[in-house]
This record gives sequence, C-alpha cells and structure tokens, in this order.
Amino acid sequence: MENTFFPLLRLCVPRKSMRRENACASFLSFLSLWIPRILISLAALGSAFAQTANDVEKRLAELDKAAKSAQMAGDNAWMLTSAALVLMMTGPGLALFYSGLVRRKNVLGTMMHSFILMGLVTIIWAVIGYSLAFAEGTPFLGSLRYVFLKGVGADPNPDYGATIPHQTYMVYQLMFAIITPALISGAFAERMKFSAMLLFMTLWTLIVYFPMAHMVWGKGGFLNGALGGVFPAWDFAGGTVVHVTSGVSALICALYLGKRLGYPSESMRPHNLVLSVIGACLLWVGWFGFNAGSAVNAGPLATSAFVATHFATAAAALSWMFTEWTMAGKPSVLGAISGAVAGLVAITPASGFVKPMPAILIGIIAGVICYFMVSKVKQKFGYDDSLDVFGVHGVGGTTGAILTGIFATKEINDLRMGKPMGLVDGDPGQVLNQAVAVLVAWGLGIVGTFIILKICDALVGVRAKAEHETEGLDLSMHGEEGYNFEA
Amino acid sequence: MKRIEAIIQPHKLEDVKEALKAIGVDGMTITEVRGHGRQKGHKEVYRGMEYQVDLLPKVKIEMVVPDARLEEITSTLVSSARTGKIGDGKIFVYDVAEAIRIRNDDRGEAAL
Repeated sequence: MENTFFPLLRLCVPRKSMRRENACASFLSFLSLWIPRILISLAALGSAFAQTANDVEKRLAELDKAAKSAQMAGDNAWMLTSAALVLMMTGPGLALFYSGLVRRKNVLGTMMHSFILMGLVTIIWAVIGYSLAFAEGTPFLGSLRYVFLKGVGADPNPDYGATIPHQTYMVYQLMFAIITPALISGAFAERMKFSAMLLFMTLWTLIVYFPMAHMVWGKGGFLNGALGGVFPAWDFAGGTVVHVTSGVSALICALYLGKRLGYPSESMRPHNLVLSVIGACLLWVGWFGFNAGSAVNAGPLATSAFVATHFATAAAALSWMFTEWTMAGKPSVLGAISGAVAGLVAITPASGFVKPMPAILIGIIAGVICYFMVSKVKQKFGYDDSLDVFGVHGVGGTTGAILTGIFATKEINDLRMGKPMGLVDGDPGQVLNQAVAVLVAWGLGIVGTFIILKICDALVGVRAKAEHETEGLDLSMHGEEGYNFEA
Repeated sequence: MKRIEAIIQPHKLEDVKEALKAIGVDGMTITEVRGHGRQKGHKEVYRGMEYQVDLLPKVKIEMVVPDARLEEITSTLVSSARTGKIGDGKIFVYDVAEAIRIRNDDRGEAAL
C-alpha cells in the first residue's frame, strides 16, 4: 500500500500537467472508496471483540453458578443421606440393641421406647424445638423465630451450612434430637410406665436437650466453639450434647426409679443377643452419618471424621474384648459390641478434630474405661442402670470430650485460623474449656432430669405397678407379646 | 399299655429315632425341655454380671406302647441314648388307663 500511496500523494501536489491532475483525481476516488470500507470493517471487528468479551463474561458466570450448584448438590446429597443414617441409628439400631438385652417379656416395650420417640420428638422439633435450639437468642436458649419452622426453607442459612438448604440442616439435627432421649430409655428399661415416659421425654427435650444443643451448636451459644461462645468447646457431633446429657440423665432415672424387682439376685440375662449384635452393627454404620455428617458438607473434613470414627470404634471393640478376656476369662460377644459402642461414643466429640492415630488411642482408652465402669463400678455401687447408659454414654462421652481437648489439631480443623486447637497443638487450656462443657452437661442433666421426674411422678406416676412389671411391659403396657411361636 | 417317658441328651435324638424306627416304632411325641439331675450347670457372664445356669436343655420323648413290646423298646432306647457320661438322662414307665384313636375311635392296643 505504501508503494502506491506515497508516490500517488506526491502526484496530488498541484502541477500544471493534466495527466498529474487525472492521477490525483483517481487517487482521491480510490481513497473515497476504500476509507469507508476500512472504517466499516474496523467497526465490525470492534463490535465482534466486544461481543466475544461479553460472551466470555457470561460463560464464566454460568460456569461459576454450575460449580456452586454442583457443590451444593454434593453437600446436600451427603447431608440428606447422613440424616437418614442417623435416624436408622434409632430405628432399628438402638431398638434392636436395647431390646435384645432385656427379658423376653419386655422386648416390644423396649423397642417402643425408641420407636415412638421417632414420632414424638419430630413433632416437638417441628413446632418449637428447632427454634429453641438453633434460632439466635440468648447464650443458653434460642428464640421463637423459627416456630412452626417458618423461615426454614430452601435457602441456606450461612451460619449452619452455606451450601445446603436450611431445611436440610433442620431435618439433620432433628435426628440427633430423636436419638438422644432414646438413649436414656436403657436406664429405666423394664419398669417405666409408658405414659410417664411420653411425658418425661417431652419435658426432657424442652428442659435439657434444646438448651444444651443451643449452648454448643446454636449461634451465640455459651459453649459454641465455632459461633462465638464464651467458653468455646469442641464438640463435633455431640459428645456433650447427646451422650453426656443422656448418660447422666439415665443415671438419675435409674437411681430415682430404683432397681428392677428381683435385681440383682434374679437372673435377668439378655433374651436375644442376636438382636443386639444386629443393632450394634446398624449403630456403627449409622454413626458415619452422625459424625461425618456433622461436617455439614461432603468435603475432606467429612472424610476425616468418617475415618476417625471408624478407627476409634474398631480399636475400642478390641480393647474391651481383650480387657474382658484378661479379667473374666472369656471374650464375650456382648463385650465386643459394647466396646464398639463405647468407641463410637468417645470419638463423637473428637471426630472432626483429631487425626486417625489419636482416634485409635481414644478408642482404646474408651474401651478400657467403659469396661471397668460397666463390669466393676456399677456392681460396687449397686445401682440398676439396666442397659449401662451411664457407663457407656455418660462416662464414654465425658472421656471423649476431655480427650478432644487433648488431641484436637488445626491440621484437621482450622477453626481458629492458624491458632492451636488442642493440647497437641500447644493449647492445653482447651482441655479446661472441654471440662466446662462437660460440667454444664452434667449439671443440666442431673438437675433437669430430677425436676422432670418429680413432675412426672406427681402427675402420672413413673414406675410401673409391681404386678405390671412382673407380667412384663409388653402385656401390661401394650397388650402384646413379642414372640408368638404357637401362632 | 405303658407310657414311656425318656429324657435324653438333645444330640442323641437322631440316634434314638433311627434305632426305634429300625424296630418298627415310629409313633412318639418329642418336647424340648430344661432340667438337670446330678449334672452341673454352667456360668454365663454379661457385662460383669455372673449367672449360674442350672437348667440345661434336654429332649423328652413320650410314647405309649403295648405291654408285650415294653422290654424291647426300653432296651433299644437305653442303648441308643447312652453316652456313658453324667447327664445321659432317665426313663420312666407309667401305666396307661385308655388309648383312643381320634380319627376312627379305635380303642386299647388297637389304637397304638
């Protein structure tokens, strides 16, 4: 273009020759033809660039949305699964575990304790329970903001799970509220009046569980380590909220109701340990929802909690079994499954805070301690905690909560943004915080349960009549027999 | 007619049934029972609670036989049920007042 342009320009300098004028005129006409064409092409190119840039923006925004949606789908799928797993822990896990341990005449009544709570606690939770536990209120109790679950819908609640619907979180937590009172039923098995049990459980969730859940997991809770607590305690999946409260409450129930007729001289062997083994296995599998689901997402923390849970349980089953083998001469099946449950209980508060090897150590310790609680200490004091709720859940939960303060590490869970989480990290003070949470659980459990028992006793009477107890609760309370082999 | 009541070790039941069948006796009533004579029980332990279990599982065989066959049947029973150890069991023999076949009202030894 330069070769033609500049010589042609020189030609446009006014000269006398006609030929030069003609050349100049033709150059100008050339320009008048090509400049518009160039300008139009440039404009087209420009707008094409602009459109591509908008396209890329749009594509990026769409990809961003798709990635978020995929993460939410993954997290929600795991959380819904976890909720189902935790419900399975109550029914049939706990129902089978407990009922196999009682006498045949009480098998249905014992299952009913777990089963009916699946209904009762659900309604209480829906109406007011979730609100009292998880709405922001005082450090000790929530508020009425979520009464009848208003405001709890598909949108996430960023405090409780930024990638899942708020409703998912609510229904997941419901399953915890169901199993906690169900655990207590083991202590008053074979002698509690059914109507009194319904009233007791209603009051217990209101007076003990909802406040404790709020303190440890609710926003602004007194003991909440993640959301602004005065005494931040680490309780990943409910060592204090579920196990210590229910275990200690169970002890109060056992002491208040008194021993079963004929205890301890009459033989009260488990009538069907086969059921108990099945129940224990369902508890072990379901507990992955309990612990790993407490990560509230499907990410690596859930995996870590899953692994820690499994390892601690395995270690505890073995440690109880070997301890019993040494002390009593034979490794019982009841001991092995009890050990597994003790491990599950102890790792519950620690599951999302500790590494796998410390999890094994926690399991070993829990197995040994709970074995001695159940086989020696209970006999020495002579109380009739029929199914060892205090020995396994109360003491196991306390042990696990304290050990959490020792083994919690930022390498697993960096809630303090780089600062130490537990003793192994360099913060021995955390053990004290854990102790505070444990003491609160003990205090609330003891005082709350005692008051509730007094109320129930005054209103309906808590202990079954002697002839009803002798006949068996299946017949006296429910008009049924568990096994009708002649039918 | 005599009623034979034999309480035997559960694991000998098949041997006894085979032996009785071989001599042409196949009418009997069998119940699972629990009991003991001089045989000691065993200890069971559940979470530290010890239970001495004295009621041991046994099998009771009852049959009503004609007087003429009593000796033959009881000696077959004894030889097939015996292991030589304590806990083998016992046999009791009772007199029977009447026997009736429900299907067709046969009476006495014809009903056996």
